[in-house]
Amino acid sequence: MIKARITVTLKNGVLDPQGKAIEHALSGLGFDGVGQVRQGKVFDVELAGTDKAKAEADLKTMCDKLLANTVIENFAVEIA
Amino acid sequence: MKSAVVLLPGLNRDRDMIAALTKISGQAPATVWQTDTEIPDVDLIAIPGGFSFGDYLRCGAIAARMPVMRAVAEKAAKGVMVIGVCNGFQILVEAGLLPGALMRNSSLKFVCRQVKLEISNANTMFTRRYQPGQIIRSPVAHHDGNYFADAETLARIEGEGQVVFRYAEGTNPNGSINDIAGIISERGNVLGLMPHPENLIEAAHGGSDGRALFEGALGIAA
Repeated sequence: MIKARITVTLKNGVLDPQGKAIEHALSGLGFDGVGQVRQGKVFDVELAGTDKAKAEADLKTMCDKLLANTVIENFAVEIA
Repeated sequence: MKSAVVLLPGLNRDRDMIAALTKISGQAPATVWQTDTEIPDVDLIAIPGGFSFGDYLRCGAIAARMPVMRAVAEKAAKGVMVIGVCNGFQILVEAGLLPGALMRNSSLKFVCRQVKLEISNANTMFTRRYQPGQIIRSPVAHHDGNYFADAETLARIEGEGQVVFRYAEGTNPNGSINDIAGIISERGNVLGLMPHPENLIEAAHGGSDGRALFEGALGIAA
């Protein structure tokens, strides 16, 4: 079995109100020097088989088709 | 003129849409379920508002990948009119039938109130019963209505008159770029908007500002 982690992040230039709110909350907790915070998503995916090249290609297609909205998001695929 | 309403688990404005279409067109719309692969021969397909699939992953993301949406895309390609309201708009952008994306409201709050809309393009099947620049009222109720498109896409849709509705007079409830409330496809047959015109069609609603949209689309005399 192949285990993979997909990270989806907002593209640069896309406003992230949730990240902004988290940024302010961290400052409110007394953490000084917190710069920009951007919120994203992590998906841990298990795949049958052992062919890592195929798995990577499949995972990228999954990102394009469903897991990421490429209008506003970037994604990165990492295979353990 | 015949219409159909798309039903998906988690939608909650489907009955409002069915009621509006029934009252305005004089006949009940057909209903199609998420797993249906064929849509009856109709002139207008409506995707109502709500929270399809619990807004999991992204609003409208799962619904946009259901079989019924492939059937909607086929109909749209043939020129059939499609209207997506609120979650329906989110589903249309997720399905790639309209450009851009709908993000979390800039206030991070769910907004449920009445806004004013400016008719930015009265030269569409959906807005032909309004005057250019006319201001109408409409309810909104959403958490993710913050329309976004990259600079190139934005310039294109603005240039082509695809921005049909804009929040007017400082009533933008969600921070959407250029105050965009609703857009139409390049071909002019697929409309998506965050406000709920189906909830303002008769005196009992407190006004009928939204009625002309459906009358225009269905070719019904006012």
